[in-house]
Amino acid sequence: MTYDLIVIGTGPGGYVCAIRAAQLGMKVAVIEKDPTFGGTCLNVGCIPSKALLYTSELFDEAGHKFGRMGIGVDKPKLDLGTMMKFKDEAVDGNVKGIAFLFKKNKIDAIQGVGRITAAGRVEVKAADGKTQTVETKNIVIASGSDVTRLKGIAIDEKRIVSSTGALVLGKVPQQLLIIGAGVIGLELGSVWRRLGAQVHVVEFLDRILPGIDAEVARQFQRILEKQGMTFQLSSKVTAVDSSGAKLKAQVEPAAGGAAKAIEADVVLVAIGRVAYVDGLGLKELGVALDNRGRIEVDHRYATNVPGVYAIGDVIAGPMLAHKAEDEAIAVAEILAGQAGHVNYDVIPNVIYTYPEVASVGKTEEELKADGVVYNVGKFPFTANPRAKAIQQTEGFVKILADAKTDRVLGVHIVGADAGTMIAEAAVAMEFGAASEDIARTCHPHPTFTEAVKEAALAVSKRAIHI
Amino acid sequence: MTEIRVPTLGESVTEATIGRWFKKAGDEVKVDEPLVELETDKVTIEVPAPTAGVLSDIAAKDGETVAVGALLGEIKPGAGASPAPAKAAPSPAPKPPPAPAAPAPQASAPAKLAPADAPLAPSVRKIATETGIDPAAVPGSGKDGRVTKGDMLAEIERAAAQPTPVPQPAASVQVRAPSPPDDAAREERVRMTRLRQTIARRLKDAQNTAAMLTTFNEVDMTHVMALRNQYKDLFEKKYATKLGFMGFFVRACVQALKEIPAVNAEIDGTDIVYKNYYHIGVAVGTDKGLVVPVVRDCDRKSLAEIEKEIADFGRRARDGTLKLEEMQGGTFTISNGGVYGSLMSTPILNAPQSGILGMHKIQERPMVVAGKVEPRPMMYLALSYDHRVVDGREAVTFLVRVKEVLEDPARLVLDL
Repeated sequence: MTYDLIVIGTGPGGYVCAIRAAQLGMKVAVIEKDPTFGGTCLNVGCIPSKALLYTSELFDEAGHKFGRMGIGVDKPKLDLGTMMKFKDEAVDGNVKGIAFLFKKNKIDAIQGVGRITAAGRVEVKAADGKTQTVETKNIVIASGSDVTRLKGIAIDEKRIVSSTGALVLGKVPQQLLIIGAGVIGLELGSVWRRLGAQVHVVEFLDRILPGIDAEVARQFQRILEKQGMTFQLSSKVTAVDSSGAKLKAQVEPAAGGAAKAIEADVVLVAIGRVAYVDGLGLKELGVALDNRGRIEVDHRYATNVPGVYAIGDVIAGPMLAHKAEDEAIAVAEILAGQAGHVNYDVIPNVIYTYPEVASVGKTEEELKADGVVYNVGKFPFTANPRAKAIQQTEGFVKILADAKTDRVLGVHIVGADAGTMIAEAAVAMEFGAASEDIARTCHPHPTFTEAVKEAALAVSKRAIHI
Repeated sequence: MTEIRVPTLGESVTEATIGRWFKKAGDEVKVDEPLVELETDKVTIEVPAPTAGVLSDIAAKDGETVAVGALLGEIKPGAGASPAPAKAAPSPAPKPPPAPAAPAPQASAPAKLAPADAPLAPSVRKIATETGIDPAAVPGSGKDGRVTKGDMLAEIERAAAQPTPVPQPAASVQVRAPSPPDDAAREERVRMTRLRQTIARRLKDAQNTAAMLTTFNEVDMTHVMALRNQYKDLFEKKYATKLGFMGFFVRACVQALKEIPAVNAEIDGTDIVYKNYYHIGVAVGTDKGLVVPVVRDCDRKSLAEIEKEIADFGRRARDGTLKLEEMQGGTFTISNGGVYGSLMSTPILNAPQSGILGMHKIQERPMVVAGKVEPRPMMYLALSYDHRVVDGREAVTFLVRVKEVLEDPARLVLDL
């Protein structure tokens, strides 16, 4: 039989694309190389890390904050095995959910590694070596991304780990050295710091969280430092010696200079991710890649080979599950003859540490570089009644609005519930809202979201509570 | 799948309002069968089906405003095709155009329009209330064409930058004070048609721009009426059209315009443009409002030709089938309020023209003729003119000339 659509990969891009296409009446199959569905996000990314961030935060609170609130408990004891089981249950529940959704939408799931042998033909090699060829009208590649490796540092996922290994450490390392002050490094660093590790972060650039608004990054770094994390910016790790009981990492200034050895029990390499195209047969097929190895697509997500499309981490753009999901829906609708579109100007970005960091739209640096004249409205959580009530006053909301039209161009939040609050800003921006529109929308009291409204008021210098 | 788009509507017309759809989604349609009625500033036109098939989708509903080229709907080939797009079609549902070289047919997929009742953003509401600018008249740059605060601010700036010496250019929309509830329940609110909105705007523009005033005279219709009575049967037999008074008035005006060129001129910046052609607009009332079709080159047409054309325009104005170009380019206008019984009026100029003649009801009045009082069929004439172009002497002379020609139609023949 011939499918209407075969999707390679079942991460947030792949499974959403398959479901949407099935909803639109297509006969769909998915190909997954791993034993479970859900890709990086569900298995070794967003979901397990959120489970550990949650449990480790409670552990941290029980140990450090309960006493102050009048909750008398003994010093909490860590049972890492059970905590990992809790995490695994979270993953298990989510990946089973995908299997159920495939069944519900009559999507055939084929286990194995997919290779496109020609437009409309995919050869799937199962784990036991058997191959089969499936035929289809269209193919969507949603194969995702893989950890970027660092030259000279071999990841063994035991002591020198990627994010995957950092989610399954057998015990809390005394000293955790993290290479890369990006989202993954800071989230997993937070997990292990709360569980007792000394966390030291080495970053090549002179700032943490590249791409995030610089003021946000600076303030966030101070908050993390107060929590006990240490940072070594403008530095690079050139080698890790794993011969001894302790790892010895060679750290030298990014600009070059004398190296210094830093000891660690575990080294986490978190310098980013690269598009994953191995084994897809793209070269033989003639699919064009860009200079960073990502698949090139047009605005309809079509590659240069007719009938082959690509979405998610494997194409250009931020490597975010929700970006892949939106592209998945767009490409499925385009294949069904509808209009599909993703607004790349309004893709929120969240770092799930404590406090959280969330942003959508332009940073101040980007606006300056573009020569846009803008107004800034800022409001700190120290002036927000709810934040004060529960003593979670770290952070602020910053709204950037066009000086002439007042249109919201960017929103940046550091704060306890920033990731949830940013959705409001995204909706407003999607509808082209002015900061005044947010300011004139009733916000519930007492909530953290009032800080968003106050920041909007602050754009025109009329915040009430400060 | 064939797309139905808003056709080119003629010079200076960029958008239209959907009057109504004659067909529902799912209806079978024949080639050239009218599908939908579009109202523009000037005319109502029907959009015919470009191909036969089934109207599968309606993209713009009744009352929505659409730009030229916007998608109205789609026709699927063949009868019996499902009206719902793609949804339940068994296997051939996805049909991606697999040729990347070919222009993507979906690339220009229609931008959705925000529903007509989409609420306005709070900042937009505030500015609208404070300035009187109607957000519905502001082009929106937000999602699905919604109006943003920036759009409103730009509109204020645009309005302020307009060089018109008119005191309140933006305040054409009045906000009405709320009625007492008891009265409010007995009010009916009807959206102005596009034609009505245009009439309102243009009339007010004319009043705001021109230094307009009106001069009056009266004409004794005895001789024209006698002439008409004498020849109307013969005329109708020969030309298959009735002999009315309009032809005489048009000819009389042309003759007077030739003598007083200022009345046939218009202002362009700091110049006055004198027109050596005579395109006379004849105002026609319809149930939707006033339209002014133009009889072109009246100086070169016979009275019969003029009568015929006016009769045809009147018929088609009431049917709403006048073409745009038939209503453009007039140099002078004649408005006949007499058909409704008006005895006297001050017509408003049809900008940018500089003169308009108002005809009125013919009424027998006692007139002194050669020292004796006689009943005579009299009509008051009014000439509204733009005093910036036309001097008082010229205006009065014009009207006197019209009167003289009509009182003695032989002057038409002799060109006096």
